[in-house]
Amino acid sequence: MARNIWVLAEQWKGQISEPTYELLALGREVADAMGVSLEAVVLGDQVKGLAGSLGVADTVITVEHPALAHASSEAYGEVLAQLAKQKEPHAILIPLTNASWDVIGLLPAQLHMPFVNFCGDLKVVDGKLQAKCLLYGGKMEVTVTPETPAILSILPGTRPVDQGRADKIPTVEEVAIAPAEPHVKFKKYIEPEAGEVDITQMDVLVSIGRGIQTPDNVELAEQLAEQFGGAVSGSRPVIDQGWLPLSRQVGKSGMKVKPKLYLALGISGAPEHQEGMKSSDCIIAVNMDPQAPIFSVAHYGVVGDLFEVVPCLIEKAKAMKGS
Amino acid sequence: MNILVLLRMVPDVVEELEVAPDGKSLNDEFLRLIINESDNHALEQALLLKERYGGAVTVIAMDQPEIDDVLFTALAKGIDRAVKITGAEKGLTTRQVASLVSRAMPTTPNVLPADLVITGCQAIDDLDGQVAPLLAYDLKLPYLGLVTGMEVDLSARKATVVREYAGGVRGEFDVPLPAVLGIQVAERPPRYVPVAKVRAVAKSQQIETAAAGALTQVPAVDVVEMKKPEAAGRAEMIEGSPEEVAAKICGILAERGLL
Repeated sequence: MARNIWVLAEQWKGQISEPTYELLALGREVADAMGVSLEAVVLGDQVKGLAGSLGVADTVITVEHPALAHASSEAYGEVLAQLAKQKEPHAILIPLTNASWDVIGLLPAQLHMPFVNFCGDLKVVDGKLQAKCLLYGGKMEVTVTPETPAILSILPGTRPVDQGRADKIPTVEEVAIAPAEPHVKFKKYIEPEAGEVDITQMDVLVSIGRGIQTPDNVELAEQLAEQFGGAVSGSRPVIDQGWLPLSRQVGKSGMKVKPKLYLALGISGAPEHQEGMKSSDCIIAVNMDPQAPIFSVAHYGVVGDLFEVVPCLIEKAKAMKGS
Repeated sequence: MNILVLLRMVPDVVEELEVAPDGKSLNDEFLRLIINESDNHALEQALLLKERYGGAVTVIAMDQPEIDDVLFTALAKGIDRAVKITGAEKGLTTRQVASLVSRAMPTTPNVLPADLVITGCQAIDDLDGQVAPLLAYDLKLPYLGLVTGMEVDLSARKATVVREYAGGVRGEFDVPLPAVLGIQVAERPPRYVPVAKVRAVAKSQQIETAAAGALTQVPAVDVVEMKKPEAAGRAEMIEGSPEEVAAKICGILAERGLL
């Protein structure tokens, strides 16, 4: 029985995605600690060419079929169920991203395996997998030991991307499995309408969350952004309410931004949001809740009312620019 | 068009969360439960579809504190029926809920068949599974998650469904009906309903009940410990009056050449 660690490699528009390399780095540690091999599984229409960059794995298992061209939960599940039956992995690590979302959701049922979600780190303790998971929007950390074999969805950012890349050429094993045509059929991508502002190109972002409370208050953030020569962006709730356009969303479903200054106003900082902004040069967070997870990624924090702080900031910035 | 919506309650994380004495779960003594945010969007999407295509919306939910309020609110917003599954154990995992609900659906009168089964695409306490795909698997229906909108062609028994990827990119899919969809966000923000209307509905309409079946074995994930996360890095806190805070922040910006 092999009991190896698997990483389900994720593709985005023909390339291996960055979270895949993070998982290879994490999976390498876990496999070494257990004394087993690390195997990357690549599914797709034509994917053999992608295997070369996955050298951190000992072996790359590829399955090619037109029904696997998109990350179809049905076709992926059918193929992975057959592969898992043949090869009996110990754990399957999948990046917790929107691209892999449906596969993550259906696979535990298809494979009848335990599933661990929101996994922020994974270790081997006394020969067993121990996962640390972030629940309740990052407000609680839960340590779990799943029965194995298990499927784990891993939050982005567990290991540096570069740690998951290697020059070594992995052994490639091609497996022939022909899944049925999925019932749910991918038709096309819809690219976002170009916003009037590209938030990924701004030096300063004044970013607002649920704490902004009403659409009328967005104006306050606009005024501050104007003083700082930046733009206003937002977290999911603000976008979902329609207070800012989709092009201004920061986070897992939105944009990844790295401005020189990210001022987070009334943003609690759930893992999905942190994913989009934690690489910013300088993060300043203003939040009423001293326990807000945003303070764990911010460089500077203010526990306070943004409606008191922001007007003072606008005045102070005006005064400094005038002097 | 018949739409079945599953609603779940989750802890309100605006409130302080405390770990229970067992060290493995949330202390429910002061816990305030609210409707799961993406479930609220699923409800809104169902109401929008009913307005557009006609038909009826049934909401199903596990019996939990505050659920009656949520169900009466849904009735006030315009759903046709609310069904509460009673008698289940407390503290069920997502996978256990999915298993109970998927087995309650066929045995509850006039709940299935539905053209669409929809629910939120995720909840903040989904430790051991996501409910929409688990339901889809149990009900043997096609599934798509992260859904943000759809057009339905009832005569052709299919929907054209849009779901989210990253960076603002979305994908369009053909989904045969019936199907299970995990809703990320409704096509419009969830509607508001006045409290007075909810109170009136609570007096004039009924929540139906269905008894929960026995809990079946689902693959286990053993929780060893729950605690507040230790911040990897902790922000340097700026204290003082709003004026002092503003001056310090502007100072930081000036040091970095941003002001």
